Amino acid sequence: MPPLDLVPVWTIILGVSVFMYVLLDGFDLGIGILFPMARDDDARTLMMTSVAPVWDGNETWLVLGGLGLLAIFPLAFAIIMPAVYFPLLLMLLGLIFRGVAFEFRLKETAHRHWWDRAFFFGSTIATFAQGVVLGMFVQGFEVTGRSFSGTSFDWIRPFPLATGVGLLFGYTLLGATWVVMKTEGDLQAWARGRATIALYGVLAFIAMVSVWTPLLHEEIARRWFSLPNLLYFAIVPVITGVIAWGTWHGLRRDSDYVPFIGAMGLFAMCYLGLAISLFPYVVPYTHTLWQAAAAPSTQTFLLVGTLFLLPIIFMYIGWSYYVFRGKVTAHDGYH
Amino acid sequence: MDLDPVFLSRLQFAFVIAFHILLPAFTVGLASFIVLLEGLHVTKRDTLYLRLSIFWTRIFAVSFGMGVVSGIVMPFQFGTNWSRYSDATSNVLGPLFAYEGLVAFFLEAGFLGILLFGRKRVPPWAHFLAAVMVAVGTLFSAFWILAANSWMQTPGGHELVDGRFMPASWLDVIFNASFPYRLAHTVTGFYLTTAFAVLGATAWHLKHRRNVAESRAVMGMTVIFIAIFVPIQITAGDLHGLNTLHHQPLKVAAMEGLWDTQARAPAVLFAIPDEKAERNRAEIAIPALASIYLAHSPDAVIKGLKEAPPSDRPPVAPVFFAFRIMVGIGVLMLGMAVWGVWLRWRGRLYTNRLYQNACIAMIPAGFVAVVAGWTVTEVGRQPWVVYGLLRTRDAVSPSLTGADVLLSLSLYAIVYLIVFGAGIFYMVRLARAGPPEHVELREPKLGERPARPLSGAEADA
Repeated sequence: MPPLDLVPVWTIILGVSVFMYVLLDGFDLGIGILFPMARDDDARTLMMTSVAPVWDGNETWLVLGGLGLLAIFPLAFAIIMPAVYFPLLLMLLGLIFRGVAFEFRLKETAHRHWWDRAFFFGSTIATFAQGVVLGMFVQGFEVTGRSFSGTSFDWIRPFPLATGVGLLFGYTLLGATWVVMKTEGDLQAWARGRATIALYGVLAFIAMVSVWTPLLHEEIARRWFSLPNLLYFAIVPVITGVIAWGTWHGLRRDSDYVPFIGAMGLFAMCYLGLAISLFPYVVPYTHTLWQAAAAPSTQTFLLVGTLFLLPIIFMYIGWSYYVFRGKVTAHDGYH
Repeated sequence: MDLDPVFLSRLQFAFVIAFHILLPAFTVGLASFIVLLEGLHVTKRDTLYLRLSIFWTRIFAVSFGMGVVSGIVMPFQFGTNWSRYSDATSNVLGPLFAYEGLVAFFLEAGFLGILLFGRKRVPPWAHFLAAVMVAVGTLFSAFWILAANSWMQTPGGHELVDGRFMPASWLDVIFNASFPYRLAHTVTGFYLTTAFAVLGATAWHLKHRRNVAESRAVMGMTVIFIAIFVPIQITAGDLHGLNTLHHQPLKVAAMEGLWDTQARAPAVLFAIPDEKAERNRAEIAIPALASIYLAHSPDAVIKGLKEAPPSDRPPVAPVFFAFRIMVGIGVLMLGMAVWGVWLRWRGRLYTNRLYQNACIAMIPAGFVAVVAGWTVTEVGRQPWVVYGLLRTRDAVSPSLTGADVLLSLSLYAIVYLIVFGAGIFYMVRLARAGPPEHVELREPKLGERPARPLSGAEADA
């Protein structure tokens, strides 16, 4: 009997991990991007308090995704990481500043404006860098044998830089709709306005990337626009449109929850669209998931512990969001 | 000047890991110390131990938070700078690193929150259990990382297929030849690092006549602890050294500063190794002593560096000096243990000003020893990344230029100096503030618990 093919299982586990990271840290980072636009110090404190209990756990999904890629798709890790050398460096340094600023802002009132800046720049740089990585992924990597053979500055090209800006809008939308959900009054009304602007930006970028990607790669164009695929996949832009309308409507109609759920839905549809474009590549467009996968014994060994720990982690996260449900007020947070 | 991406990548890895290792060196021991304090509180029902536990948990929170932040950088280094290492070794090492991450994630998601913020929400026994689980978790993290690290020193349980390592036996991969010795030596080293940091902070409080009752209790038990664990550490270090002699004789030759293979090998107390001339300058040595402590016979033959061609030798001077720093600190620690026990026996432990100053001066000792010991073992592994099988220069990412790495290293240096500077400043401030004077155990409101490590520093105040 040949060993069971675990690649689909691992693809789902790691795909979910990365998506969890994008959604969860997405709204944390979005709040960081919105930070300097907030009206006053109290508004900033409240925005920060709304994500304070969860950001740290949210970030851990990134580590899980990274380590999972290393262990399960080592060849992909070995090719992609050097290719995104500087975007990754900027992301890590941005995340360090963001994390530390979170803590010190609320403790060091004397240097608060300084930590405010660190929080904004850390979040913005980390988001832009993640968007650049995404763009490079779609753009594809120059590979010779088993190594990346481009330069460390391949990210300075129109497409990755455009997706970097696009993700800034995306995370801002997540962050602003999160604030809509978690706050009341003036701050909520202000967040609604920001969310609406971000939504327009996001939709513009979705449209742009949807046109640009098939132009970059003929294979992707063929996948989407040949028959009968066109009939199946046409549902993706249709649903995206419906969700976009729902989000916009929710923002206008004073709904607390619909905008955030809509924003998450838009991310889910983009993620799905990306998966349709790139499958089965894990290193676009040279190595498939199966070609880059580790030995079956390696996959099995790690799966045992993962299947034991992951459900417990999910349960805890659900519980933790449940505990901190509802609106935040000035009385919450640090004392 | 020609910028070498291999050397600069090594420097960058050394830089980020040297800063990172300081935090586990402290938190692994501190987690167990907190278990001890919580246990004493539960059994003795004395709030003195509760106040102490709250105090040290605050410092633990900051240190754990900085450990998480600096730890996120580590796995990405393997890919960005050492992609050929990742490609070659991940089938074997990937799951070990991933298990470390999962364990840390599991901890952070679960018991850490209860330890840091749950004191008023859960019964004392549950809080104690959370403390135990966090301590066990830090030890599990150390277990997986050191298993991976040891495999790079003494690889086993694998087969080589097309230049890549494939798992053959997971048990042999994990429990490779040097792992048990390295685990014992490293974890004991982490415990002692914490013990000397705690001892120094406590001595500072006694010197300034603050928190006298708490400080006396801690100083009394810490002195007993180091009196037991310093000799254990010296023994563990000796056994680890003998294990290294068996598997990596060249590393030991660099540690000892021995160039020629010889019987009656001398113990070199001091020298300036000259790699070009293949000899030591300004050497002070005791004849035959190295043969005696390495092979337990004065006539035993010890291999010298000249056994291997220069291209297969580790850099001698860093290994040689780092080893002397580590052993020197070990001797100082033994002195502190003997002195402390003697003072305690004479009833002067809590009042001797000179010992208090010595304890304060010894606060960084464990940290320096950990970094020195790490330098000995990792630089001594060179020029290999997987000992004897994969050369470091064949492991680097081929796309990197020296300028790329110089730029990234400079950015890491700037950011780490700011972030670690702020973190250390904050920890020192917490340490000076001392334990809370009284504890009020009230029922909290739901939703009050912030769930982040660093904010735990103030949650129980």
